[in-house]
Amino acid sequence: MADMTAEPISKPKPAFETLRAPAAEPGVAKMSARDVRVFYGETEAIKGVSIDIMQNEVIAFIGPSGCGKSTFLRALNRMNDTIEGCRVTGSVTLDGKNIYDPSLDVVLLRAQVGMVFQKPNPFPKSIYDNIAYGPRIHGLVSHRSELDEIVEQSLRRAGLWNEVKDRLHQPGTGLSGGQQQRLCIARAIAVSPQMILMDEPCSALDPIATAKIEELINELSAQYTIAIVTHSMQQAARVSHRTAYFHLGDLIEVNATDKVFTQPDHELTEAYITGRFG
Amino acid sequence: MSNLVLIAVLLALTAVAYQIGLSRSRVLAGGGRGSSRLHSRPGYYGALVALWCALPAFAIFIVWSWIEPLIVRSMLLADFPGVAEMSSHQLDALMRRLHSIATGFVDPATVQPAEAEAAARMQHLQAIGQTAKIGLMAVFAIVGLLYARSRLAPELRARNQVEKVTRIALAVCSGIAILTTVGIVLSMFGEAMRFFSFVSPLDFFFGTKWDPRFSSVGTGAVGSFGLLPLLAGTLLVSAIALLVAVPIGLMTAIYMSEYAPAWFRSFAKPVIEVLAGIPTIVYGVFALLIVGPFFASVGEMIGVQIRATSALTAGFVMGVMIIPFVSSLSDDIITQVPRSLRDGSLGLGATRSETIRKVVLPAALPGIVGAFLLAASRAIGETMIVVLAAGNSPLLHANPLEAVSTVTVSIVNQLTGDTDFASPQSLVAFALGLTLFVITLGLNVVALYIVRKYREQYE
Amino acid sequence: MSTPTDAAAAAALSAHEQRTARIEKSLRRRHAAERRFRAFGLAAVIAGLSFVAILFASILSRGLPAFWQATLSVDVYFDPEVIKVSDRPVRGAREAPGAFHERTMAWRTELAMVNWNRLLEDSVIRLKPELEDSRRDVRALFTSSERFRLRDRVIEDPSLIGKTVRMNLLADANVDVWLRGNIDRSLPDSQQQLRARVRELADKLHEEGVIAIRFSRALFTNPDSRSSPASSGLAGAFMGSLFMMLIVIFLSVPVAVASAIYLEEFAPKNRMTDLIEVNINNLAAVPSIVFGLLGAAVFINWIKLPLSAPLVGGLVLSLMTLPTVIIATRAALKAIPPSIRQAALGLGASKVQTVFHHVLPLARPGILTGSIIGVAQALGETAPLLLIGMSAFVANIPSTPLEQSTALPVQIYLWQGNELRNFFEARTSAAIIVLLGLMISLNALAIWLRRKFEVRW
Repeated sequence: MADMTAEPISKPKPAFETLRAPAAEPGVAKMSARDVRVFYGETEAIKGVSIDIMQNEVIAFIGPSGCGKSTFLRALNRMNDTIEGCRVTGSVTLDGKNIYDPSLDVVLLRAQVGMVFQKPNPFPKSIYDNIAYGPRIHGLVSHRSELDEIVEQSLRRAGLWNEVKDRLHQPGTGLSGGQQQRLCIARAIAVSPQMILMDEPCSALDPIATAKIEELINELSAQYTIAIVTHSMQQAARVSHRTAYFHLGDLIEVNATDKVFTQPDHELTEAYITGRFG
Repeated sequence: MSNLVLIAVLLALTAVAYQIGLSRSRVLAGGGRGSSRLHSRPGYYGALVALWCALPAFAIFIVWSWIEPLIVRSMLLADFPGVAEMSSHQLDALMRRLHSIATGFVDPATVQPAEAEAAARMQHLQAIGQTAKIGLMAVFAIVGLLYARSRLAPELRARNQVEKVTRIALAVCSGIAILTTVGIVLSMFGEAMRFFSFVSPLDFFFGTKWDPRFSSVGTGAVGSFGLLPLLAGTLLVSAIALLVAVPIGLMTAIYMSEYAPAWFRSFAKPVIEVLAGIPTIVYGVFALLIVGPFFASVGEMIGVQIRATSALTAGFVMGVMIIPFVSSLSDDIITQVPRSLRDGSLGLGATRSETIRKVVLPAALPGIVGAFLLAASRAIGETMIVVLAAGNSPLLHANPLEAVSTVTVSIVNQLTGDTDFASPQSLVAFALGLTLFVITLGLNVVALYIVRKYREQYE
Repeated sequence: MSTPTDAAAAAALSAHEQRTARIEKSLRRRHAAERRFRAFGLAAVIAGLSFVAILFASILSRGLPAFWQATLSVDVYFDPEVIKVSDRPVRGAREAPGAFHERTMAWRTELAMVNWNRLLEDSVIRLKPELEDSRRDVRALFTSSERFRLRDRVIEDPSLIGKTVRMNLLADANVDVWLRGNIDRSLPDSQQQLRARVRELADKLHEEGVIAIRFSRALFTNPDSRSSPASSGLAGAFMGSLFMMLIVIFLSVPVAVASAIYLEEFAPKNRMTDLIEVNINNLAAVPSIVFGLLGAAVFINWIKLPLSAPLVGGLVLSLMTLPTVIIATRAALKAIPPSIRQAALGLGASKVQTVFHHVLPLARPGILTGSIIGVAQALGETAPLLLIGMSAFVANIPSTPLEQSTALPVQIYLWQGNELRNFFEARTSAAIIVLLGLMISLNALAIWLRRKFEVRW
């Protein structure tokens, strides 16, 4: 269980803190995608997807393997740019600004939209340096004490602080799988993103670690907008507010999670959730 | 019958043996249809007979050809007058002269009676020896053939036996590679030890003066044989080479793998690889004719005295030679860093250069250190560039603008020219070679160990 | 919404904006650093490319002119008054080799006594009779070996005596240097290589077209020469290198392939084979000069093979190439997926049959490529050959691998040290062009073979 007890009253207010994203009016989309197509060379992997992601919600992308969920997710923070031969058309806006606008700085975008990957990928550095990496490169801190604050806050938010507070300078790669993934989440939080994208974050973890991460997602959703790709329908049902079903590069249906899993609108959705194909 | 003809006849006989074995096996099988009765395909039976025919005879050939001259020599020289006082060189010369007398190429007027007699005897002995060799080989070949043929039977596992011989042959071949290393170490060690009987190891390893004056036979160890100036020269040139090659090579690898578009990569990579294929003598001439004068004139322009043949010239050109080596090693190492680390860094909003500098390179550090050591080993062992372009001044100093002498140059200097192999002036080359071998071996072993450990980390 | 939440929201918003502003401030610096880094990388690549360009351009520009040499194009009259020799001796039916040898030597002595120079001088004087008094100067125009060329033509074809033949004869190296302007014409006589009258004569004949700079095959067809630098060539070195490469191909490649096959397919995977693998990897990285020392100690000193013979050079180079080809062959064998082997074994083939009938043919392209590259590397090696005695001047073309000889890279080394620097700088570069040409062809062959037979698993 993540330790989120309030600090004792005697502790002074921290000079610096990993931010909570500002609350917006309900019904305003944090991120909007309109007719997004993603091409790998000649192959069209995502075929015209339009979706709105609301502020502070957890939205799950589900679908059979190879249907393009991860590809679409990566289009939301322009990680597809790093793949040679990959082309994206259409528009994706964050708070109303098109992220594919050439004048927009990708570096800034990725500081605002963080990502957690399928296989935990801590850097071969100390736990402290892993978390401190983001703030350091973005020039967010000017004092060591500020950095210490951020590291502690991020680790607390990720529910990892108590387990590692005594060994911050040991290598991050020495942790267990579940701990490493929470470290990666803490690392992503440290730069105070507004949105966190998670690409099957639990697929490499055992059930206990998975449970911890799902709890974490629940807590984080109060402050961040989260989009999570998952191949487990049960996980989607447990953590998300809304669910989007992808099928062979098309977005078939987006609805409140309860509805998708009990009364889906589309027959393909129903076929998937009832297990007629995997 | 000359040796060449003898071998040819043996090969012909072997072919016949193969044929005999082949047809016999077919007969045993009961005609063409019945070859399934045989354990192995008929060809193997043929091969087996051929091997039994050829191998013993060939072994006799090798052994006899090696021993016969030695036996003939000792028999002849035992009776020859004045043999006890002759050195081994003189004995060799005597044998050659006897050989020329026997083949009729020496003016009869100059031949001594003792020589004439010895020469005649030599011819006689050689004729006997050759006949005996042919006879023995023939006997063994035929006996082998008959024996093998008599053992042919359908149950005979010919293929297994032939394959066993094949395996042994393969194993022997791989033994040669090991023999080479052993040979290198032993021969150099032996000669180096002989050197150390003239000059003490302390004087050699810690001496600061290198001046091995070429002595005439019999004056023993004249001159100083201190290694340090040569070692200093080697290190100076290698340091300059690495200073040129490592930044350029590493940045080339980084640019090619991270930034360069595919068309640029496919054109630039092979062109830079060309640098690796150019023989070192060409680099040496290039350094001597073009780079050296260039540096000298640059020196003139800025008012500094730079010699045309200097550590700088040799080091610079050596660095150019090593660039592709460093570049391809670094490329290997950088691509081994998993993509996930890169993605993690980019996902946090780092730029590509930040990702490389702060995540990829530190992760690749052990591999890069290994590559650095391998490049250093290469630079230390390089000869021709330094022979031509570093000047030839074995003085202990640290000025790259002056001439130096290295370990490799001194090896060449000491062993070329008509030198007596037994003098310390020649033997020092082996001591130098041993030092060089140990240093490069040490660097290689450490480097490969580091790189292997690094690879294991990511597998 | 209630006010505290509004205030909190507003505070969060402004803190967020602050944060974003902080990041934006650092962006410019970071992007500038990115651009610098990238430029540094590009500069490194361009540096590497330009080194290649400079190297090739400078060698080509210095070396190509050496293929054209100053040549005199004259009619040579094989004057029977000058060539007074008996007929060539023919071996009698019962003649002993020693006796025949004596007669041949006597005939050759006769030939040697002929004043061939006179024929050379006459060929020019015929065109300019006024030069009759300056025979010495005319003689100086020709390179000294051309008189032997006349002699050799008569030996080949005695019927030439009495005939007139148009020949292109090489001018002396110093004439070549003078006519091409490779020596400063304003230098005083004491620093010039040719006498003043010879220089004048050369210029005059050049104007009249008797001497012209023509393409000469001397570089390719002649052996090295000390006395007649203009006619020095690479033929001897080429034959030496050829013998050595043949030895490497027939000795080193089969042994290396056999070793690799054994180590990769048959040897048990234990500490011993690990050690052998480490050993071979280390051998591949041993400096080439150490192999030269091995050759000197074992082949020359112990086994007493002849000094400077291609046989010894070939043996040393074979030892050097062994590790390279072993490693290349092992890589080729490793690249073949285990499914091939398993399929063959599954059908009942023995291990040996699997390897020789199935695996080896598939690995052939890789093995071929590796061997060619190994041979090409061996072709360019100099240091080990210097240590086995090849640093001496050798004037003839070797006919067997046991004769003294030199090799292409060694010849380059010898030429660059020649005192006649104005002449030999170009010639050395020309020799480099020949060597590089050979190596590039070999490498191109290897690459073409690899592309042609490449199988992608």
